[in-house]
Amino acid sequence: MADLWIQFLLTLDATLRVAIPLILCAMAGLFSERSGIIDISLEGKMLMAAFAAGTLAALTGSAIAGLVGAILVSVMFSLIHGFACITHKGNQVISGLAINILASGLTVTLGIAIFAKGGQTPMLSREARFSSIELPFAEAAGAIPFIGPIYKEIISGHNILVWCALIAVWLTGFVIFKTAFGLRLRAVGEKPEAVDTAGISVSGLRYRAVIIAGILCGIAGAYLSIAHGAGFVREMTAGKGYIALAALIFGNWRPVPALAACLMFGFLDAVAARLQGVEVPVIGQIPTDLILVLPYVLTVVLLAGFIGKATPPRAIGRPYVKER
Amino acid sequence: MHKKTLSDTGGADTAPPAIYLKNIYKSFGAVQANKDIDLHVSAGTIHGIVGENGAGKSTLVSILYGFYTADRGKTEIFGAPVVLRSTADAIAAGIGMVHQHFMLVPNFSVLENIILGHEGSSSLQAGLEKATKELQNIADKYGLQVDLHALVQDLPVGLQQRVEILKALYRGARVLILDEPTGVLTPQETKQLFEILRSLRAQGVTILLITHKLKEIMAVTDNVSVMRGGEMVAHLETQKTSPEQLAELMVGRPVLLTVGYDSAEAGDICLQVEHLSMRDDSGKSCLQDISFSVRRGEIFGIAGVSGNGQSELLEVLAGISALDAGRVVIGTTEISADNPATPAEVKELGLAHIPEDRHAMGLILPFTAAETAMLGYEERGAVSGRSPFLSPDKITRHCAKLMTDFDIRPADPNLKSNLFSGGNQQKIVVAREISAHPDILLVGQPTRGVDIGAIEFIHKQLLALRDAGCAIILVSVELDEILNLSDRIMVMNAGQNMGILVREDADVQKIGLMMAGLENTGNIATSLASEKKGGKHE
Repeated sequence: MADLWIQFLLTLDATLRVAIPLILCAMAGLFSERSGIIDISLEGKMLMAAFAAGTLAALTGSAIAGLVGAILVSVMFSLIHGFACITHKGNQVISGLAINILASGLTVTLGIAIFAKGGQTPMLSREARFSSIELPFAEAAGAIPFIGPIYKEIISGHNILVWCALIAVWLTGFVIFKTAFGLRLRAVGEKPEAVDTAGISVSGLRYRAVIIAGILCGIAGAYLSIAHGAGFVREMTAGKGYIALAALIFGNWRPVPALAACLMFGFLDAVAARLQGVEVPVIGQIPTDLILVLPYVLTVVLLAGFIGKATPPRAIGRPYVKER
Repeated sequence: MHKKTLSDTGGADTAPPAIYLKNIYKSFGAVQANKDIDLHVSAGTIHGIVGENGAGKSTLVSILYGFYTADRGKTEIFGAPVVLRSTADAIAAGIGMVHQHFMLVPNFSVLENIILGHEGSSSLQAGLEKATKELQNIADKYGLQVDLHALVQDLPVGLQQRVEILKALYRGARVLILDEPTGVLTPQETKQLFEILRSLRAQGVTILLITHKLKEIMAVTDNVSVMRGGEMVAHLETQKTSPEQLAELMVGRPVLLTVGYDSAEAGDICLQVEHLSMRDDSGKSCLQDISFSVRRGEIFGIAGVSGNGQSELLEVLAGISALDAGRVVIGTTEISADNPATPAEVKELGLAHIPEDRHAMGLILPFTAAETAMLGYEERGAVSGRSPFLSPDKITRHCAKLMTDFDIRPADPNLKSNLFSGGNQQKIVVAREISAHPDILLVGQPTRGVDIGAIEFIHKQLLALRDAGCAIILVSVELDEILNLSDRIMVMNAGQNMGILVREDADVQKIGLMMAGLENTGNIATSLASEKKGGKHE
């Protein structure tokens, strides 16, 4: 019984770990999409950021340098997206897609050019990564039956970026709903004309939104390669940007429901990992491939079945053109 | 003509004018939208600007509100020279604007909409609290009461407009520009708006009213300026002018404001609508239990504020949308949910349709006039050659004939449709449909965006067609148009038939109350309440 409880807690812990990049990306998408800019380039920005973090951390041996580099690169790609969509009123989906394709190719090409390891960056040492922070008394608390392991396994032992992501959710909610900037941001995604006629720059607001999205994607990428992992691996984002986008839509463009959706996807991922090689009564051993496909199948099912009720920001995807 | 002279110094007046424009010039490529405009609006007056579509009113207003920057010219607001490069500049100069299409975020509260951009603090809560007090003062001072916490999307249009006025005043407007403010209002709401404008004037606010409705100019303004072809052609005192004189100045030649109406004997019933209901794509009911019948040789007008189901009704009758319940009988053919009809089938039954939105449904802009003039009739003898081919000769000849008959200018069948003026585009559509000799003609907003001269012509054509025995169903948001032409009038509100009046019983007051749905106040109140319950507040 106690063993099963620990198993469950370990699954929850894994849930949080795999959900972190989803959460950061969903919040990034929330800023961008609430301002009216569709952001399918979450995936590409995160991948570029992961690569930049892995590379810089490997070259400098500093995790902080990796994080800063990741954020800068991701913001740069945000600005490219913004330049295409805001300044030049281009198609937002196509621009996002272009960034994803570019990131997918560029990371591998640069990776081979710099490290000649087939697109990977070298394994990082402990100092070049964000390591886990053991909270005080974690070991001692673990001995307390039942409740103790919750503290030890779930709350303690995370790296700083995990805490960053959780704070980001709260911060996103605060900025969007409790500040003047948030009011303007929501307004510009609903009715940019109203913002423009109030004497505020629509482009300015949207650029700020995509820059914030870039910062958050940058942290997500750094998490993948220098906190959760120990180096960059080609295509290491593996569609997480898209799943984050799905979670954002599933959460109706609101921070807390989006967080819940991310945790749900994370949980599925964690369960899938745990189920590998486990004998299930009656069915026997479930093929690994089938389990790995589960989160993606669920994404499709949820999107198809439940998204009908989601109400996106009214002006999303529509470049703002001043009429008369 | 009582042309006021404008002097550079502002004359002997001691107070500087609220708005003073000198030689304002603006062009877009080769199009000169504003040619050396002069304007002098005295402080504390209501000043009207009239002109037809394309006369340059919108451009002028956009320049005043900082949307466009004038190529050259001088602007002074209350005597201080200003350069308006952006909306923020205009707001800072004390100019507020109520746009024709409201600039409100539908799912924000009234309060949030009003403070948007002028929150006064980075914390939203503090800004909202501060604004609440200030707004209460403004509302009391000008008699503009609105529930500040209601969501804008739950408010009727008249109140939404009030929110726009409050918003401008909150931002410190001393000059208020209203662009075609009555287009979406019932006659009663229009009256209320004018009351508000008068009380604003009494409090010293200067008002610039842009409209194409001469009645409104006469009703509420102190002075009026007339624009034509990008130029200011006259500045007049409202008391010393007349609608006829204004119309002549707008068009450049004398025009009849109302065409002569003669009553006519109506014939047999040729179209019947029974208990028609329909839901839109989102499942919301947009037509409820509508019944009426139309006879040969009558014009059946449908009045109502835009968006109350008239468009949907026209689309059902034209076969574009399917109905959900009830039936439509054309001649002996029945159309119902089980037995739907396509637009082509309806056309074969002798029905023709002049759609409300000519750019979306009436014509294809990049097509030539000749092609536009046969759209939907390409299989009829007048234009088709040996099947399956078209006959380019016949098509051109057909169009050339229509152009002569309907006075379409320029009379060039090979010119692309988008190169004609709004009035002439509409004439092409009208000519195409009338020349098909329909038994029933559906007409939606026949004179929207059409110049006064063409309005007169189109109205005459419709009356002539009626006299020839055609049944005409006329949908228009211009109440005057309905009143001038119709033999009977049905009024719609919220997708329902509020009643049918014969011409003799129809007056603006009565129709206005029906348009506002006042007979059904109970229903409307409950539907509003249920919407509020369902709506989420952020």
